[in-house]
Amino acid sequence: MNWELLQNYGPRMLQGLMVTLQLVVIAISLGALLAVPIALGRMSRNRVVGGLAFAYVYAVRGTPLLAQTFLVYYGAGQFRPELQAVGLWWLFRDAFFCCALTFTLNTAAYQAEIYRGAILAVPRGQSEAAMSLGLKPRAIFRMVVAPQAVLLALRPLGNEIILMIKGSSVAAIVTVFDLMGVTRLAYSRSFDFQVYLWAAVLYLALVEIIRRVWDLIERRLTRHVRQH
Amino acid sequence: MDLLGLISFGPGGWGNALAAGTWLTIRLALATLPFGLILGLAIAQAKRSDNRLLRAFGNLYTTVFRGLPELLTIFIVYFGGQIVLQKVVSFVAPGQTIEISGFVAGMIALGVVFSAYASEVLLGAFNGIGRGQWEAAKALGLRPFPTLRLVILPQLIRLALPGLANLWLILLKDTSLVSVIALDDLLRMTGIAVRVTKEPFFFFGVACLIYLAMSMISSIGITAIERRVERGHRRAA
Repeated sequence: MNWELLQNYGPRMLQGLMVTLQLVVIAISLGALLAVPIALGRMSRNRVVGGLAFAYVYAVRGTPLLAQTFLVYYGAGQFRPELQAVGLWWLFRDAFFCCALTFTLNTAAYQAEIYRGAILAVPRGQSEAAMSLGLKPRAIFRMVVAPQAVLLALRPLGNEIILMIKGSSVAAIVTVFDLMGVTRLAYSRSFDFQVYLWAAVLYLALVEIIRRVWDLIERRLTRHVRQH
Repeated sequence: MDLLGLISFGPGGWGNALAAGTWLTIRLALATLPFGLILGLAIAQAKRSDNRLLRAFGNLYTTVFRGLPELLTIFIVYFGGQIVLQKVVSFVAPGQTIEISGFVAGMIALGVVFSAYASEVLLGAFNGIGRGQWEAAKALGLRPFPTLRLVILPQLIRLALPGLANLWLILLKDTSLVSVIALDDLLRMTGIAVRVTKEPFFFFGVACLIYLAMSMISSIGITAIERRVERGHRRAA
């Protein structure tokens, strides 16, 4: 252990960890809001809406997150006059914002597929029973299908959060000082390989904590549907 | 300058550079696949082993490499591999220096990540094969390795294929991360083109389309392989 190095960069790495967490929380929660209409669009009977939603999901899932981040961050610079005209340039100038935006758009596509899968996995009999009780389609979705779909989506959503934590490290490449960014900075100044191992420990701890906590949440929320 | 001219193959066009980058991306992904598969199979075997130590190692390996960001794994293999290799070299032949190639570092890092996920897929597939298959092979007098090769693997492929196909598509995208260790893959070549032409939106858009095309072609190939391994295995109607 290099204590001097830890003293110099330890606190900054914890700050970086906070930036990573902020990115993930913003992306996952805004992505969830965006994912619901996309998932509904995917299941729409309207072919145009369905086609557009499918194209969005396919394009996002078929391209690397790093390429998407470059497209937004560097691509925005090209539209500077236009963005300035609508008063949004101050946002797109900021690497953190560009990353948050890209990650939100990215996770929205993955989450849309998770929610769609969960909604389709709710047995048909549930909505048929609700229909026979005279519930209207909207009420069926809100009161019968959605609550059960949310439970089914919990596990894949937990995986998606972990993938987002790992994926958010690409923010470091576009100058954001998240955990990865601080680590790279510390390495470029000290040339001490240890910093990468510390970052590894921090990432592993974060992922394991989230996984355990998510497991608890899932077990608590599904306690009424478990056998035994 | 018109945009189509920028991606043409002639002088002033970046077609050749993008094609070279694409080719490296494909080569890296193809080189990683067998390495990752064999390593994944070994890890899966470790996790199925009767030896507690081996099982613990397999589980630790999976937890670590599924939990670390791929980017960090690449850095650790690239910089850490360099240090370890340098120590070995200066021990064997003092005064000599050695440099690890970005391609090999990328291949090892991506292969290790691939193997961690693949071992879980393969473990699930192993569990899907009935005990009777092993017992029947034993009754026929087959030794363990021929049993694995002739009886188990052909069935394993069918069960593991959907999961492995998914991992391949992820691997294809993860190759873009090697651009940060100065390997001239598609994304890095695109970055160079952007620096010269000042057309970031267009070029990164083109790069995304190339990745998308690679995914599509892969999907077609996967469907063909799936149909082939499913032959003689009629689905229940």
